[in-house]
Amino acid sequence: MSTATEHSEQTEHTDGHEAEHHGLSDKQYIYIALILAALTAIEVSTYYVDFGPFFMPTLFILMIVKFVTVVSYFMHLKFDNKLFTYLFYSGLLLAIAVYCGFLATFKFFLQKG
Amino acid sequence: MTIIDRPSTDVAIAGGAPAGVKPSEALGVFKRPAASTSWRDWVVTVDHKKLGIMYGVTAFFFFIVGGVEALLIRLQLIAPDGKVLNADQYNQMFTMHATTMVFLFVMPMAAAFANYFVPLQIGARDVAFPRLNAFGFWCFLFGGLFLNSSWFLGGGADGGWFMYAPNSSTLFSPSLGIDFWTLGLQITGIASLTGAINLIVTVLNMRAPGMKMMRMPIFTWMVLVTQFLLLFAIPVITVALFLLTFQRSFDATFFDVASGADPLLWQHLFWIFGHPEVYIMILPSFGIISEVLPVFSKKPLFGYPIVAMSGAAIGFVGWGVWAHHMFASGLGPVSVTVFSMATMAIAVPTGVKIVNWVMTMWGGKLSFTVPMLFAIALVVQFTIGGLSGVTHAVAPSDTQQTDTYYIVAHFHYVLFGGAVFGLFSGFYYWWPKMFRRQLNEGLGKWNFWLMVIGMNLTFGPMHILGLQGQPRRMGVWTEARAGEGFFNFGFWNQIASIGSFILGFGVLLFLVNVIYTHKSKKVAISPLDPWDARTLEWMTHNPPQEHNFDTIPTVGHLDEFFHRKYETDASTHAVKQVHSAEEVMAELNAHPDEHIHMPSRSYWPILLALSLPVIAYGLIYNRMLMAVGAAMTLLTMFGWSMEPSTSPDDDFDPPAPGEGGGHTKELSPLG
Amino acid sequence: MAETAISHGHDVGHGAHSSTGLSNNKLGMWMFLGSECLLFGGLISTYMLYKGRVNAGPQPDQIFDIPFTSVSSFILLMSSLTMVLAVSAAQRKDERNMNLWLVITALLGATFVGGQVYEFTAFYREGLGFTTSLFGSSFYTLTGFHGVHVSVGIIMLMALVGMNRNKRIPGDRAEVVELVGLYWHFVDIVWIIIFTLVYLIPS
Repeated sequence: MSTATEHSEQTEHTDGHEAEHHGLSDKQYIYIALILAALTAIEVSTYYVDFGPFFMPTLFILMIVKFVTVVSYFMHLKFDNKLFTYLFYSGLLLAIAVYCGFLATFKFFLQKG
Repeated sequence: MTIIDRPSTDVAIAGGAPAGVKPSEALGVFKRPAASTSWRDWVVTVDHKKLGIMYGVTAFFFFIVGGVEALLIRLQLIAPDGKVLNADQYNQMFTMHATTMVFLFVMPMAAAFANYFVPLQIGARDVAFPRLNAFGFWCFLFGGLFLNSSWFLGGGADGGWFMYAPNSSTLFSPSLGIDFWTLGLQITGIASLTGAINLIVTVLNMRAPGMKMMRMPIFTWMVLVTQFLLLFAIPVITVALFLLTFQRSFDATFFDVASGADPLLWQHLFWIFGHPEVYIMILPSFGIISEVLPVFSKKPLFGYPIVAMSGAAIGFVGWGVWAHHMFASGLGPVSVTVFSMATMAIAVPTGVKIVNWVMTMWGGKLSFTVPMLFAIALVVQFTIGGLSGVTHAVAPSDTQQTDTYYIVAHFHYVLFGGAVFGLFSGFYYWWPKMFRRQLNEGLGKWNFWLMVIGMNLTFGPMHILGLQGQPRRMGVWTEARAGEGFFNFGFWNQIASIGSFILGFGVLLFLVNVIYTHKSKKVAISPLDPWDARTLEWMTHNPPQEHNFDTIPTVGHLDEFFHRKYETDASTHAVKQVHSAEEVMAELNAHPDEHIHMPSRSYWPILLALSLPVIAYGLIYNRMLMAVGAAMTLLTMFGWSMEPSTSPDDDFDPPAPGEGGGHTKELSPLG
Repeated sequence: MAETAISHGHDVGHGAHSSTGLSNNKLGMWMFLGSECLLFGGLISTYMLYKGRVNAGPQPDQIFDIPFTSVSSFILLMSSLTMVLAVSAAQRKDERNMNLWLVITALLGATFVGGQVYEFTAFYREGLGFTTSLFGSSFYTLTGFHGVHVSVGIIMLMALVGMNRNKRIPGDRAEVVELVGLYWHFVDIVWIIIFTLVYLIPS
């Protein structure tokens, strides 16, 4: 059965297999960190530079990209079993839905432009 | 650091094996820790069954406490110008009654059944994190005791169980009662959260071979949905409780209207928790009767996948309806409309379940044992409560009903007639498995009927009282304002109060039944499978041995136990019994597993749990004590994390082929 | 065990004979993090509701020092990198680097917390106390909860280093480090949200 084969393959190749399985090398992690730093720099630049109507969208997009990057790569969610993704994102999306609903009842999203 | 008992081959039953009973077949060579019968074993146990019993006993104790509080309320209202309780005491009484019943009875009693039976139903030997399980129980016990210690330390909480702001601030509620309330619930909340993580991982990860998700008993399904609700709802009330604590203890401004705060913040946070909470309270009972009804109808559950999925649907949609508790709070028409429609939607999956239960009984060979009576009563009473619930969903009519006794009627029908009746069904159904004797049917029927009559006499009139305008939390009524004729307040309050005492007497009969069953020499030891049941928990000894199964069964069907006893003839579709329960057991245990290693006992859970009320008392009385408590927390966490979850050489399951022994199953510091 | 539905995912960890093939502990940690979303969501929503409400006391745009907080945020972000390097080292059984990166992560985290403490004391001196206004209460509560989470993380990191030295880590060390890492990264992503919503978006 394929399970048995995979199992024995795993026990034979421990270290290399692990690194391979866990998706990224140290160099790649550093690369991602540099991207995150650059994104943070752009975020901070909104404090100094007038982005006009792009201010909010830029910040939101950057926030989401950084969030998803850390979750998917540093927390390894992209390479792990999908069940982890479902569990975590269901909590996250539930929180977003419920709390946005809560703020909406206070007309929070209507008050400013 | 674990306390390791000497191994022994004694039959592991608290109280010892009574004479005349065949000891459970001790086949094969086992390596398991001895079950000692002293109190010490209970203090350090991590066994899900012992913890289930402890949850159950503690929860029942609080049921009595909450019941006494209720009877005092009803005594106050049995006559005009009641003098039993003054206004301040009355506030405390209804607050503590509700808090106790919700958080210290219904939730933990469901946890008791879940802890005892979910591992058995899925063919596991324990839960995923046994020490965490024990920790959860001790948190519940200490939290509940801490909360109730307020009675002796200045008075109970007095702001209503939903503790609306700004009434909950120190300005309007200067006694310490609410501080005990917030901190006590934080501690019990930790129990719920850790229990949720534990049970979800258990159900996802520790099912027996062949136990696919769609072969799990409905009780396990409902418990699973409940745990997800807890997992996501408890943090919300945690936030609310912290905000309130910070306001009361450190003068934060969260609910201080003078600083511009919005009292609705509390209401939203509380009800975002509070609505899933009511499903948390009812779903396990739905699960229990989904086991009981098929067994006593001699028919499989009608529409198993639908029942499972509708439970999940209720859990999901339940997040979108919370503001129906706030229709009269000034939300505005848009919000009210949205939540009103969502609330109507949630009646659908619930109604689906009712249909499935009725169709299960339809055409079945019904036997009206006491568990069956309670199960049927749930279907009837919950439907009544659900109907009044549907009237609340209609926001305009709710505007009249809200904050009246009509609401009190609704939730007592669904909670008492629903959740509590389900729990009682569970008591009678599973008692022989847990305690080797069947509760007396005669006494049980008296218990049942008195509870049904009492319940309906108490809460039925409340529909009338509510629609006639009696507000909730009304502490006293007078003849002058009681009204005329059929709708005379006084008359119906008297009926309700009399009903409550009948109900209380019915509950007392349950205790009488328990005592009689276990003290009487005439009561026989129950057979392994007294009800001819369908699910795996019955494929064990009475009570199950510490390791549950000598051999983990391989599951081929839904209702696996039933399928091992009965075969359906392919052509005639006649169902006939091919094996007795004892034969099934003998076959299962013919080749018992060797070297079953169970998780070891530990004293870290109780010690860590003990540190929490120390912190809480410190916050209220003495900041030094807080520091001591926090240090205790830190130290016990370290102790726990350095202790392997099982003593060396132990393992949950027999090692897989090719894998060496001595591999611990639980790996993390919090295992 | 032939019929157990073991997934072929990459996470058939050491000895994880579970119905999903996944480790109990990892599953538990991800669920805990899912529940933490609800916790921080509540605190963030409370802050968002209250931040611009009243004119009492200092307002966010008057009191925030964006350059300072940006440096803090960067430090915490980099600590996520060092954490993942620690996990990577643990998986390679490279004990020396594992300890090194764990300590550096803890130091970066401590620097962040130190920055928070400095920031809070500065705000307090400028007139924003916990009880001053809605903004004050909700700001300090939100960032305080986050800071406590970071501090707990630092304790766990140092405990790992210490317990490892004394060979007191039960079971699979690489997994324990990975799970502490998951917690640490979560604390970082919460800050990603807080930094944007609280600091960068003025009231």
